[in-house]
Amino acid sequence: MLIARWKLLVLQALVAIVALGTWHIGSAGTFGITFLPKFFFSAPLDVGNRIVKMFVDGTVKIATCSEPLDLSRILQTNDACFGKTVWQHLLITSIEGLLAFVIGSLAGVMMGFWFARKPLVAAVFDPYIKMFNALPRVVLAPIFMLWLGLGIWSKVALGFTLVFFIVFFNVYQGVREVSPVILANARMLGMSERQLFRHVYWPSALSWMFSSLHTSVGFAIIGAVVGEYLGSAAGLGYLIQQAEGTFDVTGVFAGMVILAAFVLFVDWLVTLVENRLLVWKPPAASQQV
Amino acid sequence: MADPPVVRLTRVDVAFPEPSGAVFKAVSGASLEVAGSEFVAIVGPTGCGKSTLLNCAAGLLKPAAGTVDIFGTPLVGLNRHAGYLFQQDALMPWKTARDNIALALEVGGTPATEARDRAQVWLTRVGLKSFGDRYAHQLSGGQRKRVGLAQVLIRDPKILLMDEPFGPLDAQTRQIMGNLLLNLWAADKKAVMFVTHDLEEAIALADRVVIMSAGPEARIIGDHRIDLVRPRDATEVRLQPRFHELHKAIWGQLRAEVVKAYGGEIG
Repeated sequence: MLIARWKLLVLQALVAIVALGTWHIGSAGTFGITFLPKFFFSAPLDVGNRIVKMFVDGTVKIATCSEPLDLSRILQTNDACFGKTVWQHLLITSIEGLLAFVIGSLAGVMMGFWFARKPLVAAVFDPYIKMFNALPRVVLAPIFMLWLGLGIWSKVALGFTLVFFIVFFNVYQGVREVSPVILANARMLGMSERQLFRHVYWPSALSWMFSSLHTSVGFAIIGAVVGEYLGSAAGLGYLIQQAEGTFDVTGVFAGMVILAAFVLFVDWLVTLVENRLLVWKPPAASQQV
Repeated sequence: MADPPVVRLTRVDVAFPEPSGAVFKAVSGASLEVAGSEFVAIVGPTGCGKSTLLNCAAGLLKPAAGTVDIFGTPLVGLNRHAGYLFQQDALMPWKTARDNIALALEVGGTPATEARDRAQVWLTRVGLKSFGDRYAHQLSGGQRKRVGLAQVLIRDPKILLMDEPFGPLDAQTRQIMGNLLLNLWAADKKAVMFVTHDLEEAIALADRVVIMSAGPEARIIGDHRIDLVRPRDATEVRLQPRFHELHKAIWGQLRAEVVKAYGGEIG
């Protein structure tokens, strides 16, 4: 069924209006009863104002900084210009997520290839891989903090453990499930092992990896935020954790909204990249209406 | 001394291990010679090991017994003189039609720009001049086969191996593809081994039609010379009286094997 674009937009906006309206009425006590007390639920307008304030304050602080703006200090949490601004929190979470994604993907691709091409290695490590994958990664966070400190690397490590397994399993599958006909054809065309790798295994594995791009990017950010939440001096997770520590529900919701908007933005970027890289893929059956 | 045949299979056995540990003997004692510029069609009931025999000639499969000689030399590894057109789609889905064809040349060390130019020539030759930028899923089954054919022929192999190449296509497209193949083949008459289950297609295209018995332990049980004049039109040749005589003679032999393959169900 194909829905008109404007109709969809109107319906989507309606959901937001109903939800925010209920929240507003409940918290403001418009009809005499306050079924959503502000102390526990805050109020939509307060949250909106807080978000605007955070961005205005942050921007003003950077713009009116008396010291010379030095971008090399942009990640230092005690910097006079950037320290504790919302921009710095966003930047730090982005960098942690990006590093977790890149390092996790690289390691996942290499290990996936190695395991797929060497069945003995795969068989030997199989129970250990399964064991680590079954482990809830949150329990590793304190250990990473012990090893790597409270800076960005303990968050990168946590994100890494999440991204690595997704990419690893997908690449492993992708290399092993190359169509035998395509492989036979490539060999009959005279491809050497190296050429097979470049023209057959590699694109096949990448296509599997890209099909899980949304999941792995999402997990990279989850790793970063959870890591920040458990112990850090900056980042969106830190922002939410600090607000919670002072029963500042408005601050918690403001942090959550910023985080959600940030994830939506990253997801949109991933979709752009995906459309560019997977042009050769037939559209999924569910989209062929 | 006469030139050795391009392909010579001598008493070839092919066996596959079964999960139960037993050995399944697909082909038994098959001998076949294909001369240069000869178009040989191999016909047999379903599951008789026609493709298996072709894979032996390609070097994709090692016979359990017997020998495979290419130009009089025993075949070791893959057959480097052969181009293979598969029954299933074998194009790389992540490359465009043009890149798929060009890749066949690039593998051999041809510079990329030259390979792409020559690929465009072949696209035109198979009637897909303006389809070079399409990916496999954007092409119809017949168009994909044309790209596959161009991909195989651009390397100018001495031997063309075809495994039911037009099998998945509809009847009209098959005849059009048959004519395309005949035209391309007429240009420089390569040795062709063409596997099909369609006897009419075999007679329309080939110089010789070889009949295989029903498997397991399939053997070659017939070898018929097709004396229809060339150049032929794969569609019109079917209307000639001589075509019907040949068809009747060969079908008589093939029918018994087809019935066997279905366990007598269709009597």
